[in-house]
Amino acid sequence: MTTTTTQQDATTPPAGRKAVLDASGVTMRFGGLTAIKDVDLQVHTGEILGLIGPNGAGKTTFFNCLTGLYVPTEGTVSYKGTVLPHRSHLVTQAGIARTFQNIRLFANMTVLENVLVGRHTRTSEGLFSALLRGPGFRRAEQESEDRAMELLGFIGLQDKREHLARNLPYGDQRKLEIARALASEPGLLLLDEPTAGMTAGETTATRELVLAIREEGTAVLVIEHDMRFIFNLCDRVAVLVQGEKLVEGSPETVQNDERVVAAYLGTPFEGEPGEAEAAEVQAAERAHETGPLKAGGTAGTAGTAAEAEGDEH
Amino acid sequence: MTTHQTTEEAATPAPSTSAAQGVPLPWRPDPAANLKTARIVTAAGAVLAFVSTMLAWTWTSEFPGDLTVAFYPAGLQLLTLIASLLTAALLLAGSGVRGLRWLTPGGKHSALLLMTLANLGVTWYTAGAIAVQLGGIANFEPGMWIGVAGTLVALVGALALPADLPPEALPGGKSANPWQRLLHAFKAPQPPRSKALPGWAEILIICASCGLALYVFAYGIEAEDGPPFIGFLVLAAFAAPAIGRTGLTRRLSAQSAKHRNVTLLAAFVAALLFPFTQSNEAYTNVAVAVLIFATVALGLNMVVGLAGILDLGYVAFLGVGAYTAALVSGAPSSPFGIHVPFWAAVLIGAAVALVFGLIIGFPSLRLHGDYLAIVTLGFGEIFRISVQNLDGDSGPNVTNGPNGIPNIPDLELFGFNLGEEHTILGMELGRFGNYYLLMLVFTAIVVTIFRRSDNSRIGRAWIAIREDETAARAMGVNAFRLKVMAFALGATLAGMAGTVLAHVEFTVNPDSYKFVHTAPPNSAFLLIAVILGGMGTVSGPLIGAALLYLIPAKLQFMADYQLLLFGIALILLMRFRPEGLIADRRKQLEFHDTGQLDVPTAASPGLSKTEA
Repeated sequence: MTTTTTQQDATTPPAGRKAVLDASGVTMRFGGLTAIKDVDLQVHTGEILGLIGPNGAGKTTFFNCLTGLYVPTEGTVSYKGTVLPHRSHLVTQAGIARTFQNIRLFANMTVLENVLVGRHTRTSEGLFSALLRGPGFRRAEQESEDRAMELLGFIGLQDKREHLARNLPYGDQRKLEIARALASEPGLLLLDEPTAGMTAGETTATRELVLAIREEGTAVLVIEHDMRFIFNLCDRVAVLVQGEKLVEGSPETVQNDERVVAAYLGTPFEGEPGEAEAAEVQAAERAHETGPLKAGGTAGTAGTAAEAEGDEH
Repeated sequence: MTTHQTTEEAATPAPSTSAAQGVPLPWRPDPAANLKTARIVTAAGAVLAFVSTMLAWTWTSEFPGDLTVAFYPAGLQLLTLIASLLTAALLLAGSGVRGLRWLTPGGKHSALLLMTLANLGVTWYTAGAIAVQLGGIANFEPGMWIGVAGTLVALVGALALPADLPPEALPGGKSANPWQRLLHAFKAPQPPRSKALPGWAEILIICASCGLALYVFAYGIEAEDGPPFIGFLVLAAFAAPAIGRTGLTRRLSAQSAKHRNVTLLAAFVAALLFPFTQSNEAYTNVAVAVLIFATVALGLNMVVGLAGILDLGYVAFLGVGAYTAALVSGAPSSPFGIHVPFWAAVLIGAAVALVFGLIIGFPSLRLHGDYLAIVTLGFGEIFRISVQNLDGDSGPNVTNGPNGIPNIPDLELFGFNLGEEHTILGMELGRFGNYYLLMLVFTAIVVTIFRRSDNSRIGRAWIAIREDETAARAMGVNAFRLKVMAFALGATLAGMAGTVLAHVEFTVNPDSYKFVHTAPPNSAFLLIAVILGGMGTVSGPLIGAALLYLIPAKLQFMADYQLLLFGIALILLMRFRPEGLIADRRKQLEFHDTGQLDVPTAASPGLSKTEA
C-alpha cells in the first residue's frame, strides 16, 4: 500500500487517548465500481480529525458507511470497541451523530422541534405515555425542551425557536443541523462540509463552534474542502484519494506531502522520497487509470477492471 | 408586509388619507369626495338589496322556499338578507362608526368588497335559478329586479372604494384599478393580530363562534336540495374569505390556540347539541354519516398528515371493523352466531383492525412513495374482493359473500335501546340522534388521540419521517417501526369507527368499501377530505369530510359530474390554497409566512439543495 510509511506515525495514538471510532478495512463497491478501498481510520477521544480529498474521492461515501446509511462491502466500523450495526438509527443511538453535505433539516418543523427530534434516542416516551400524559411524560418533555433550549443557546438560535427551519438564513441552517446532531449526545460528531457556501466570517464562527464542541468532550470528524479551515482546526488530517487513504498525519505533514499536492493538482509525482516508493505510487496510479473511477468508457470494461483489482487484494 | 401594516395603521385614524389611493372617478377628481360617493353608492345598493328581500321575488310557490310573500323573507331571500346586513355592518365599520371598529381589525374595504360579491352571487344565482326553473325572466316579480340591481350597485360602489394595500405594493406605484383591488381582496396577506382581550371575553367569543358554526352547519344540513343549498354554498364560499379578510378569523384562531381545551370543549358541546336542534330524522341520519366519515378521515390524517404514509386502501380497515362488529353482534346471517356486548364488539373490531394493519403494514411499509401507495391500494381491493368471495362457495363462509350481513340488531347501552326514540329533557331523540351521540364519543376519543400523539416524541418523529426519512433515521428515529406504529394506530381507529358504522347502517356489504365510489366513505374520498380540509390538523378533515358528504348528498341532480367537479375543486384548491381549508400551524408558516423577521428569501441555497 502507498500509505505504509506515513501510517507508522499517524496511527500512533496520542498519549492516553482511546480510539472512539475505529474503521478497519472499509471497502464499498457499487456493482463494479469501487468507491472506497480498504480504508482504515481511527478517531481518538477529544480529537478533531479532518478528512480531505479531491471531488469524488469517496469522502461522503465513507461517511455513509460509518453511519450505517450504506452497508460496507467489507470491513468493520466500531465505536468505543463495539462493532456498529448497519442501521443508521442504531449508529446514532450508539453515539455517532452526523450532518449532511446538503442541509437536510426537517424544513417544515420549527427550530425547537428539529432539535427535539435529535433527542429521540435519548428519550423513551412511547405512544401510550403520550396518550395518557402522566407526570413522567410531562417531566421528560420538559427535560428534553430544556436541553434543546440549552443547545439552541449554545449555537445562538434561542430567539428563533418558533421559526420554521426552512425560513432560517443559510448559516443558521448549518448551525441548526449541528445542534440537532448534538442533541443526540454523541461521542463522535461527523460534519460533512460544514462551511460549504459560507462567508469568511461564518467560517470562523463555525471553527469556533467546532472547537467548543471538542471542549465539551465530543470527538469530531470533519470533511471539508476549505484547506485553511482544515489546517487551522484539525489535530490530524487524513487524505482520501480515489477511494484510498493516501496520507494521514499532522496538518504540517499533510500540507508538505507532495503526493497530496499531486493528487489535488493532478501532476504525476516523481522522484522523492525514494525510487521504490515512487514506483509504488506510479503503479497505484496506473492501476487507477484503468480502474473504475477514471474509466469514462463502457461500464463493462470498468466493471471487469475493478473486479480484477478486487481479486488482487 | 410590514409596510402594509404601517400604512394600514396610519390610515385608520384619518380615513381621508387612504382615499388618495382610490381611483379618481372622471366626474369627481377629488379623492375624499370620491370615497364618500363610493360609500353612499355601496350603502344604497345594500339598502336596495335589503328592501328587495321584503318583497316578492316570483309569482309562484313552485320555486323552492316560497319567495312569493311580501314582508316575509324565506329561503334564498334570507341569504340575501343576511348578506345585505353583513355588507351594511362592514360598511359602517369601515367608515369608522364607533362601536363597530372591532368588526374590521384587518382590511376595511377588501372584506366589504368580498361581501358585496357574496351578496351579488347569491342574489343573481337565485335570479338565474328562477329564470331557468320557471322558464324565463318573465317570472320575476319587481322585488327580484330590485335585488338584482341593488346587489350590482353595491358591488360597483365597493369596487370604487380604495384598496387596503399601499400604492407602492403595486407594480408601477400607481393606485390600483378595480380589477387589481378585487384580486388583492382575495389574496392579500392576513391582517395583523390584535391586542388581547380579557380571558373570559375570549372564552365567550369562542363559545359564541361554536354556536354560530353549529347554526351554519344545521342550516346547511336542513337546506332543501337544489337551489337553496347551492345558494347557501355560494354565500358561504364568498362570505368566508370576506370574514377572513376582516381579520376576525385570525383573531379567533389566535384566541382558540390560547384556550385549546376550552375550544375543544365548546366545539364538543356544540356538536352534542346538534341532534336536539333537529326535528327531522333524515337530517340526523346525514349528520351521523358525516360524523363517521369525518372520524375515519381524522384517523387517516394521522397516517397521511403526520407520518406521511400515502395510504390508498384505508377504507378497508373501516370495513374490517364493520365486518367484525357485524359478525359478533348477533346478526342472523352471521356464521358465528354469537352476540357480545357492544364494548366487547368495539374492542374486538379495533383489535382485528390492528392485526390487519400490522399484517399489511409490515411488508408494505418497507416501500416508499408511489410504490407504497400502489401496494396499499392493492391491499384495500384485496380486502373487498376477499370479503366478496368468502361465501361458502369459493372459500369458507365467513362474510356471506356479496349479500353482506344484513339485520344487525340495534345496540342496547345501559338499558337504552338506541333503535328507539327517547325523550331527553323534553326533547325527542330518534334512532339516528342516539347513534350520533354514541359516535360523538368515538370522535372525541380520536380527536384526543390525534392531538396527544401529534405533540409528543412519537408525533415529532412521525413528522420528521414525513419531512426527510433519511435525516430522521440519521437522528436516531427507527423509521420503519414508527411508520408501522402510525399505520396500525390509524387502522385501529378506523376499525373502531367501523363497529359503530355497522350498527348505524344495519348492514355491512363489500361494495361500501371500494377505492372509489360515488358516495363516501371510500378511500379516495377520505383522502380528498384530508387534503381539502388540511393535512395534519384536527378540524381540517372534520370540515373537509362534512363538505364532501353534504355536497353529493344535497346535489343529487349533478351526481354524474360529481367526481369531475371534485377534481376541478381540488386543482383550484391546490393552486390557491395548497395547505387546505384549515392550515396547520406549521403549514401556515410555510405558505403564508408574514410575521417573521427573516422572511424566506427566494434563493435560499439550503432549501433548494434539500429539495434537489
